[in-house]
Amino acid sequence: MIIKNVRILGGEPVDIRVADGEIAEIGQGLEGPETVDGGGAIALPGLVDLHTHLREPGREDAETVQTGTQSAARGGYTAVHAMANTSPVADTAGVVEQVWRLGREFAHCDVHPVGAVTVGLEGKQLAELGAMADSAARVRVFSDDGKCVDDAVLMRRALEYVKAFDGVIAQHAQEPRLTSGAQMNEGVISGRLGLTGWPAVAEEAIIARDCLLAAHVGSRLHICHVSTAGSVEIIRWAKSKGWNVTCEVTPHHLLLTDDLVEESPVGAYNPIYKVNPPLRTRADVEALRAALADGTIDIVATDHAPHPVEDKETEWSAAAMGMVGLETALSVVQEAMVETGLLDWAGVAERMSVVPARIGRLGGQGQPLEVGAPANITLYDPSARTEVDPSAFASKSRNTPYEGMTLPGRVVATFLRGRATVLEGKLV
Amino acid sequence: MNRHLISAGDLTKDDALLILDTAEELARVSERSIKKLPTLRGRTVVNLFFEDSTRTRISFEAAAKRLSADVINFSAKGSSVSKGESLKDTALTLEAMGADAVVIRHGASGAPHRLANWVRGSVVNAGDGTHEHPTQALLDAFSMRRRLGSLEGRKVTIVGDVLHSRVARSNVLLLDTLGADVTLVAPPTLLPVSVGSWPCEVSYDLDAVLPKSDVVMMLRVQKERMNAAYFPSEREYSRRYGLDRDRFAKMPEDAIVMHPGPMNRGMEIAAEVADSARSTIVEQVANGVTIRMAVLYLLLGGESA
Repeated sequence: MIIKNVRILGGEPVDIRVADGEIAEIGQGLEGPETVDGGGAIALPGLVDLHTHLREPGREDAETVQTGTQSAARGGYTAVHAMANTSPVADTAGVVEQVWRLGREFAHCDVHPVGAVTVGLEGKQLAELGAMADSAARVRVFSDDGKCVDDAVLMRRALEYVKAFDGVIAQHAQEPRLTSGAQMNEGVISGRLGLTGWPAVAEEAIIARDCLLAAHVGSRLHICHVSTAGSVEIIRWAKSKGWNVTCEVTPHHLLLTDDLVEESPVGAYNPIYKVNPPLRTRADVEALRAALADGTIDIVATDHAPHPVEDKETEWSAAAMGMVGLETALSVVQEAMVETGLLDWAGVAERMSVVPARIGRLGGQGQPLEVGAPANITLYDPSARTEVDPSAFASKSRNTPYEGMTLPGRVVATFLRGRATVLEGKLV
Repeated sequence: MNRHLISAGDLTKDDALLILDTAEELARVSERSIKKLPTLRGRTVVNLFFEDSTRTRISFEAAAKRLSADVINFSAKGSSVSKGESLKDTALTLEAMGADAVVIRHGASGAPHRLANWVRGSVVNAGDGTHEHPTQALLDAFSMRRRLGSLEGRKVTIVGDVLHSRVARSNVLLLDTLGADVTLVAPPTLLPVSVGSWPCEVSYDLDAVLPKSDVVMMLRVQKERMNAAYFPSEREYSRRYGLDRDRFAKMPEDAIVMHPGPMNRGMEIAAEVADSARSTIVEQVANGVTIRMAVLYLLLGGESA
């Protein structure tokens, strides 16, 4: 197969020959029996998400492995990490293998289960991390995401233990006592709205502690969904020491702010903006963008969190936390980072494919688009302008904060080891 | 005026003065032997109470009835709501019954905003979580005006658990609109971290503020706050922030004392202060009916019945 007329990382137009799931040749005027017209789209290495909630098993009304991976393919992803907070929790080899097998069966993208750090996400006893690492799912990323591993001793042990199989602990940094009943960012807006605040310090204190712990035991630490300017400063400091700390930011924390809870086109107190960690202030957004540009923040991860309509059409405090994000991530990153001149397309590829694959220790993903690399390719037209229409999502859920917004760019095609999962923007 | 009354901040100065002036007119009706007006005949007002609040509910009920509206009381306890019905489904039910106004009391901040998306009638916020209670602020302003005249430049001190108080939020917004100068007094733990952005002054020292106050409004302190380490003990709170006889003596002679009720006598306010001639606490209750009549009249009376 020849993919014609694409611009690798936004460079000069070339053709790509794909054979046996790999990139066989890159050049001008390539010919072959089967061709796909790239139409001048940008070619990126297939995107890799380190933070996806697929909800299966347990909440198949919100998302399944099938619909979640379809959503991922539509967003240009060729691999996702499925978070462990399912029901039952992915805290045993059996559950992670089930999720992994479902991913293989539907094959819209690779599915790499994340294992829970503690049994039942309860923060009391380590889950069988080694058994999950040794299973067919080959788990390398462990997280109690949704909950913080707040016990310092347990966190230390987890960081140490996973060194044996080159694992990483992905921490959901949220000091639980400081965020009891928390509803939104603690600040001017929460004070006016009478909603219990989620203070930045509750995130920053855990990040500081965990960076120190990781340094002390010489382990790898990853911080999920960094949301505050203060977190960025702490991580910048930890990295300056040479400590092995990585972190992610979500697309929504790069674009949206907490004042939307008070005033937005969908009315005040609309839980479509309820997410954990919460939307922060404009100053935080600016700090996160700058940190993603200068490498302090390593990657973008979606925290795709599907919820059924009835869990969002409620009063604010009763609503579920989270937003879907796979199908809008690249467009939001273009809006927040590329249109603002902070990142070029090589920088986007680094942060949405190459580095997340490296953190997750995925050999076959996040490779540069070169001869001999697996043909995981995302074609993206940055000149398109699309109004976000949740009813067109492949995801089972519709809880997007971008409904009705016009965002730049469109995923034209996605190839997983040479096989198209999306063509002309539609699932294959 | 807006179609709804959800936040005291939605009211312009003209709106607020119109409500207060209308209440003044209606107060005269309450003094007659026949208290009923035909204004809202054929209109339906639903009292939708998700929290127990007999005082506020009766006040709205009396107000609606004096304007001849049909009143439906819908309390969450023992209804479909306690069986798990969502706010949206409750709203759609009320909508189908043709409610012209829904008076809502809810434990969740913002519930009236959400309700307003789902019903066509006017939504009146009768207290939502720790957010607002605009008719309380209106009746407080009405009570102050009756005692003191215009509120322009008046010094109003609000004392107590501002962080969790919907009464304080609505009062700060409305009193600022009406030109009064508000000072909040509380232990720092019971103020929002962002209180500096509010249109008022903040002090931790009640004794310093009292001599300069025209109005002192005491807020109820929930006993459960003590367990969450907001302050060390009831006794210490009372000593530092309670309005006892000695502090009462430091107030200017014509200054008044207010409390939205229900009071913890002996905690935030001494019994003899609450019962003094300069306390408006009982008037506040009577004025509540009047001000709610004015609100319903202005929200619903404009349209033809």
